Amino acid sequence: MVTINSKTLDHHGLSREEYQKILEILGREPSPTEIGIFSVMWSEHCSYKSSRIHLRTLPTTGARVVQGPGENAGAVDVGDGLVAVFKIESHNHPSFIEPYQGAATGVGGIIRDIFTMGARPIALLNSLRFGSLNDAKTRGILEGVVAGIGGYGNSIGIPTVGGEILFEDTYKGNPLVNVFCLGLAQAGKLVMGEASGAGNPVYYVGAKTGRDGIHGATMASAEFDEQSSEKRPAVQVGDPFMEKLLLEACLELMQTNALVGIQDMGAAGLTCSTSEMGSRGGVGIDIDVTRVPQRESGMTPYEIMLSESQERMLMVVHRGREAEVERIFKKWDLHAVSIGVVTDDGQLRVREGDSVVAEIPNGKLADEAPCYNRPTEIPGYLEQVRHLDLEALPVLPAAESALLKLLGSLAVTSKHWVYRQYDHMVRTNTIAPAGMGAGVVRLKGTDRALAISVDGNGRHCYLDPHLGAMLAVAEAARNVACAGALPIGATNCLNFGNPERPEIMWQFARAVEGIGEACRALELPITGGNVSFYNETDGQAIYPTPVLGVVGVIENASSVLNRVFPSSQSAILLLGGGSGVLGGSEYLKTVCGQVAGSLAPLSLDSERRLQQLLVELAAAGLIQSAHDCSDGGLAVALAECCFDSGGAGADLMMPDDASGGRTDVAEASILFGEAPSRVLVSIAESDFGIVRKKVEIAGVPIAAQGQTGGDRITISLAGRKVLDLSVADAEAAWRQGMERFFVNRAA
Amino acid sequence: MKFAIVVFPGSNCDHDAYYATKHVLGADAEFVWHKELGLQGADVVILPGGFSYGDYLRTGSIARFSPVMASVMAFAEAGGPVLGICNGFQILLETGLLPGGMLYNRSVKFQCEQVYVRVEELETPFTCTATPGQVLRIPIAHGEGNYFAPPDELDLLEANRQVVFRYCDVEGAVVDAANPNGSARGIAGLCNKQRNVVALMPHPERACESAMGSADGLVVFESAIAQLKSDGMVLPG
Repeated sequence: MVTINSKTLDHHGLSREEYQKILEILGREPSPTEIGIFSVMWSEHCSYKSSRIHLRTLPTTGARVVQGPGENAGAVDVGDGLVAVFKIESHNHPSFIEPYQGAATGVGGIIRDIFTMGARPIALLNSLRFGSLNDAKTRGILEGVVAGIGGYGNSIGIPTVGGEILFEDTYKGNPLVNVFCLGLAQAGKLVMGEASGAGNPVYYVGAKTGRDGIHGATMASAEFDEQSSEKRPAVQVGDPFMEKLLLEACLELMQTNALVGIQDMGAAGLTCSTSEMGSRGGVGIDIDVTRVPQRESGMTPYEIMLSESQERMLMVVHRGREAEVERIFKKWDLHAVSIGVVTDDGQLRVREGDSVVAEIPNGKLADEAPCYNRPTEIPGYLEQVRHLDLEALPVLPAAESALLKLLGSLAVTSKHWVYRQYDHMVRTNTIAPAGMGAGVVRLKGTDRALAISVDGNGRHCYLDPHLGAMLAVAEAARNVACAGALPIGATNCLNFGNPERPEIMWQFARAVEGIGEACRALELPITGGNVSFYNETDGQAIYPTPVLGVVGVIENASSVLNRVFPSSQSAILLLGGGSGVLGGSEYLKTVCGQVAGSLAPLSLDSERRLQQLLVELAAAGLIQSAHDCSDGGLAVALAECCFDSGGAGADLMMPDDASGGRTDVAEASILFGEAPSRVLVSIAESDFGIVRKKVEIAGVPIAAQGQTGGDRITISLAGRKVLDLSVADAEAAWRQGMERFFVNRAA
Repeated sequence: MKFAIVVFPGSNCDHDAYYATKHVLGADAEFVWHKELGLQGADVVILPGGFSYGDYLRTGSIARFSPVMASVMAFAEAGGPVLGICNGFQILLETGLLPGGMLYNRSVKFQCEQVYVRVEELETPFTCTATPGQVLRIPIAHGEGNYFAPPDELDLLEANRQVVFRYCDVEGAVVDAANPNGSARGIAGLCNKQRNVVALMPHPERACESAMGSADGLVVFESAIAQLKSDGMVLPG
């Protein structure tokens, strides 16, 4: 007889109260396998025990929503009888411990979530956060993560079409690796992760089970300390080739109607897939671990149930169709082994040959997981960081040198070094060049295309979690609208510190409120996502970092837009009336070395009108390019519109609305201050009249006007030139901001 | 007029080659699974890009032993036009139909980007409608595309006019700065001595529509169609 002592519970990350609940559910002491199963299913990673109560408040429904949260991924209707299936997930902790494999298996996991739903994956994106590249270890982590993302996506043949990457010291000991995947399925043909039909066989397909990744989900639910690298064995190794075979075999099987339900063995492996499939269908599942294909000898039932070996799936198929299923997997040289049956007693029963090693009511395991309303408390740092005395700033540099500095900063610089390592074209759907805005994939066989953007700004959320999260929603949607797409659905990845600390929980609660508020106003349902807590190293939490992935539809793929001004002479308009502020801005951080102040407010109504206007103008073919004003403000956005154009310049004229105070601060606010809901567009001069009329009807202010042409970037305030820089110099600074950290290492 | 696109486990540009030949060019195209023993009466065989067998061990080294490759070899030896793209090039190197080998890119990284290549030879089934020295804008996407052969082998290739494509700048000049991966003598594509087997690292199938950023790759497939239409044309060799 086993005795469960406190050491066992600590090792499994279970509290005394949770253990009491286990005793109540079972009516006896759990077996070692059972304690392992409860431990992973009730880990923060699998159970969302600290976040569920907040996530419930998010809007998840809408006319286009085909599948909301709770399945392997969400889905929205994109027209032409097609649905887009998408989700974002984090793989932060594994990527710090083993950057290449951590990132690679993150990509593998999110791809499985998509094709499990019956969708062919067609696009990958990622959102990454690292410490400063001045640190050699961080450079190594970045190189590993980028190579790992590329290594997996390139090999399996799914294009990485976009993403974002930001650098803040706060991520030095805890980088963020959030990966997004989108797939396409026929409407009405989605496949669910649900078991049903007592007597139907339960199949194990894909790679063999090894000892890798045991307790990965528990690891992802703990803070890092100096001993973290000892947890290396908990990181799995990815095999994109195996997953490619699995992907093709599963999609082929889904063309038949032999399949009842299917689920990826991701976090918590066989445990999570058996119990979730069973509980969704209200049935029991009875498996024998000795039938599970194993890579190593002498594995215990505990190890087999908890292994997180990659590239495995659990399927329930209709009884009598076994031969058909096995034939398809044999074609792809894959294992497809019947390991058990569906039962009608609602029990997750695990056998080792003749003996039962675990027997847990499925429903209770999955649905009665602990749910905590953890205490919240306003963090003490907020009052201090919000205070910003602009008048006390040292004398600010000339606008030209500040712009060069910003363009060369890691936040703004070209990310060519990164995306060149990703195959962004395979499958020949990518109709937006890399690095020019949202990722855009056309839908072959239709006129449509989908635009996708992932965005978040931890610094903003650090200063104001509620507004910062709203800004993330607005920016991701705006970036999609800048491609000419109507935003129709969203997914979120919430990266925070330790939820057991009230000030972290406050950040989380405020951010989720902000996401909900913005999504409701912009009519953007959240169809799924992921929460990553415990992003702390030695007690120091990262900036609260919610990342939003937004999907939009372009009705006519040929009207897709990017940021680059056309080579012909065109008019430029700055749409949106908010004035930039230096609080929390990239300028304040990069030029003045401060992270402080209040962010510019967001009017969700203005934002919504701006986005609708952009979609309308793009569809009518009335705009030639569109670019959001984001990090670095107006001057940086204007410069970015000139890059990749072959050196064409731009001249922008604004009214001088400075009111008192220091002139240099006022000018810097206008040029580099940040505010939401502002977009630079270029239009043919002949369309000026009609565009102006449409802009007026939409109630969107025009804050500045200008023209493209020449070879300089200039901005004037009430006729006075305040910025004048050659495109060539600006572009040179922008191009080498990241690459300079890797020169002299390899060409 | 039928293109056979061979699908190995791990091929991932098979659909792109199919789409380009079937939907963009309107030719007949068919996938051929690597375990099959015939080529379904195809007139042209394409070995597409991807990571056959995960590119584990060495690129192309396992695919070369797939059952279908015996048919591909026989088809090639009989003078049938065979096009290897990217991983298809690597597989053809493993078969010995083409000489040399691939090193890792000199950046030691996977690279996906638009490059320019110059058409060096028109006497192949995949370049016969190009113009001499035509510059094509076509993307690359590979980690191991740094072509290597010993100097005497390279001299022989040049003497036999087997270098079909070279990396160049937008003007067509073959300069080191325009060589994306360090390939010897800027070689981006080759043909065999009989000139019917052509392989290149860049992806012409990704450059068949202006929506994809370039339609310059069309000439490769159009050449194959034109060559077959001029029925009975004897290949120089």
